Amino acid sequence: MKHFAKLAAAAAVAAIIGAPMTAARAETPPDTLIQAWAIDDIITLDPAEVFEFTASEILGNSYQPLVGYDVKDVSQIHGVIAESWTVSEDGKTFTFQIRPGMTFASGNPITAADPVFSLQRAIKLDKSPAFILTQFGFNAGNVDEKIRQTGDMTFEFEMDQAYAPSLVLYCLTATVGFVVDKELALSHEQDGDFGYDWLKTNYAGSGAFTIRDWRANEVVVLERNDNYSGDAPAMARAIYRHIPEGATQRLLLEKGDIDIARSLGSEEITALQDNPDVKIESGVKGSIYYLGLSQKNEYLSKPEVRQAMKYLVDYATIADTIMKGRVKVHQAFLPEGFLGALNDTPFELNVEKAKELLAEAGVPDGFKVTMDTRNTPEITAIAEAIQQTMAGAGIEMELIPGDGQQTLTKYRARNHDIYIGRWGPDYQDPHTNADTFARNPDNGDDAASKPLAWRNSWDIPEMTAKADAAVLEKDTDKRADMYLELQAEHQQVSPFVIMFQEIEVLGIRENVDGFVIGPSFNDNSFKKVSKSE
Amino acid sequence: MTPGTARTKPAGRRGGAVPRLAVRGARLVATLAVTLLGLLFVTFLIGRVVPVDPVLAVVGDRASQSTYDAAYIELGLDKPLYQQFWIFLKNALTGDLGTSILTKKPIVEDIKRVFPATLELATAGILIGTVFGIPLGVLAAVRQGGIADQMIRVFGLIGYSAPIFWLGLLGLLVFYAKLDWVAGPGRIDISYEYSITPATGLLLLDSAMQGQWDAFRNVLAHLALPALLLGYFSMAYISRMTRSFMLNELAQEYIITARVKGVSETRIIWVHALGNAAVPLVTVVALSYAGLLEGSVLTETVFAWPGLGQYLTNSLQNADMNAVLGGTLVIGIIFVGLNLLSDLLYNLLDPRVRRRK
Repeated sequence: MKHFAKLAAAAAVAAIIGAPMTAARAETPPDTLIQAWAIDDIITLDPAEVFEFTASEILGNSYQPLVGYDVKDVSQIHGVIAESWTVSEDGKTFTFQIRPGMTFASGNPITAADPVFSLQRAIKLDKSPAFILTQFGFNAGNVDEKIRQTGDMTFEFEMDQAYAPSLVLYCLTATVGFVVDKELALSHEQDGDFGYDWLKTNYAGSGAFTIRDWRANEVVVLERNDNYSGDAPAMARAIYRHIPEGATQRLLLEKGDIDIARSLGSEEITALQDNPDVKIESGVKGSIYYLGLSQKNEYLSKPEVRQAMKYLVDYATIADTIMKGRVKVHQAFLPEGFLGALNDTPFELNVEKAKELLAEAGVPDGFKVTMDTRNTPEITAIAEAIQQTMAGAGIEMELIPGDGQQTLTKYRARNHDIYIGRWGPDYQDPHTNADTFARNPDNGDDAASKPLAWRNSWDIPEMTAKADAAVLEKDTDKRADMYLELQAEHQQVSPFVIMFQEIEVLGIRENVDGFVIGPSFNDNSFKKVSKSE
Repeated sequence: MTPGTARTKPAGRRGGAVPRLAVRGARLVATLAVTLLGLLFVTFLIGRVVPVDPVLAVVGDRASQSTYDAAYIELGLDKPLYQQFWIFLKNALTGDLGTSILTKKPIVEDIKRVFPATLELATAGILIGTVFGIPLGVLAAVRQGGIADQMIRVFGLIGYSAPIFWLGLLGLLVFYAKLDWVAGPGRIDISYEYSITPATGLLLLDSAMQGQWDAFRNVLAHLALPALLLGYFSMAYISRMTRSFMLNELAQEYIITARVKGVSETRIIWVHALGNAAVPLVTVVALSYAGLLEGSVLTETVFAWPGLGQYLTNSLQNADMNAVLGGTLVIGIIFVGLNLLSDLLYNLLDPRVRRRK
């Protein structure tokens, strides 16, 4: 029986030691930027359809808009593909002049035909982000006439009303306004689809990088665009690897197998702070975390109860501990950094005050309510903290966990009591959030437009009118005041408990410089990234 | 197995082999078809009653009503359920499983892309599990109640009950981050990514066939840890089952008969007892393999392994029903296929069947 002992020993030794593999390993190449991120949200690479964080960032580095803004001061708008523009007397028509001498990555020159085609295409395809453009009165039937080429390098953009010029320009900075290579896209057209089928997975832009390869849930590879009109990027290649786990990202970053980790959790960030090979950089993003209180609920529809809820969240503790460095307390619907953002934070945890308000509402002993909670670690942690503080005033909150699509489906059908959500702006103008938090043109079940105010059954004709007026105000300072006033009222009376603004945190290798964290994901830029040896 | 060994099990009834085989074959095909059809139908129904709006995955949360309505019709959701299922079935029979709403590519193409990653990992895992699991199980049975038995049982219990996610992270921390014995998450380093022309999608095979030995070593270094982890997990199960089958065999009369006849202990254990235990073991190994081929979601997540498990989870979370049905069909075929294979092996290994030949 001795051979058993030998056999067992051999098996155990082999299993435990598993002959070390001094594999042919490679550090990240000096001309390649490698980022680890969860890139499973990419569903398309077509500017007319892209609406997800990761794809927006990729497009921001590979396509160009007509106009852009300074990420450090978003009020500074400048031309990119457009050299200049004028607004007609009646305020309804913009005339854009295209910058001469620019080309696409394909080598095709950029003329007015390209932005005209790109905008018309986005409106006719009518994909997710099309509303950013159609809100100016365009539709598939009239767009050929309303967005028209008037010369080789000029075109007109005629709207149904005299909207605030800043709103129009900010909307054109969104990915849906990015300029597509008309000739290249049409060379791949099938059944009059404007190259839609091809562009889902291919590239026709003029940005600093070209998109060479996208393998869903695996990798995205970008390469330097030699025909780029701006300064050539130092990196020849930029790669996103799909590494969903923060803990795994941290290991890769510490080993130097990636340059940037994009989804680190609080624990990983804390652990990396002591590592001399890694630096932590962060930037304020536009997303806000909020609670939506359905006005269909008999308790939540009482103004005093809504007010009480705002005193039952321990904002400071959640921001400092649970979300440690990844959010800051913010209590108005416009994120900091937007024109007219209100940065006052009048609410803090105050159980006694909340109890008084509940007594005024006729529910001194509290009530039972449910909250639909997306089952991500951070949302769950925030929800549990809120559940605990609500209980202090007798509000028994039952958390109903579900995945993102599930909770969202329920929310959109107005079947929730409370929904804990995160909302990111769609473009850099204040109207993007006023439109959803403070407008509800029709509270009926079959309303054509279903903003967040509608989802929470909050019927607000007066506030809707105020938000509509702000969209047409041409004087920027006056417009900012209108939004400040709107938010001050909204903060006190709305069924939204707005809590935090997101901060994006990156773990970056010490030798990597120049990554820009912008206010929205398509502003995140690695065009100027360099690596020192 | 050598002929003339002492087997004293009753033989089955004899009959006309050819007609019976034909009948059995026909019955088998019918069973397979019904199984797969049932599987698809149940999956389809579950997908439709899940409270998730698949249109949202296509158009997102911000789209206008007109965008939403167009996508609803494009996905065929305006048709009655039975019609949706019928369309899916008809297409599936012609090899068209539809288009994924997430990747925008044909499901068949998606599965072709993700399955090799899982196949490579699962095959490595099951090989490790079998090679170590069976001898350890035999040893535990032979030394029943002794120290070796206890140690193997504890070792197996840990493998069977420790959260694979945690073990994976721990493994990465020790063998990748600290000791540098293996490569990190992913299937291959970016620097080798484009040095291999994808042929089979099995990177070990592709790199070996193309003589890219550096890339081959790199792929192996990436594969080692997740494969060992899955191997450990299946080894725990295989060794436990081997132990119990062996204990059962060693208590049989024919073993006593063999000992009386003076057959050596080694031969009794490795040929007689294991030979008979191998019959049910084949099923155990086949089912473990099938389990690994489903794609181990957690392992694939920790190791950023772009396989079937990750693909299916993602599809499920986004109500990408075409992809879920396609993936389920593939898993169903694997299960049914491996079951069939283990049946055939069972017949081949079972002396009663062999004797009929």
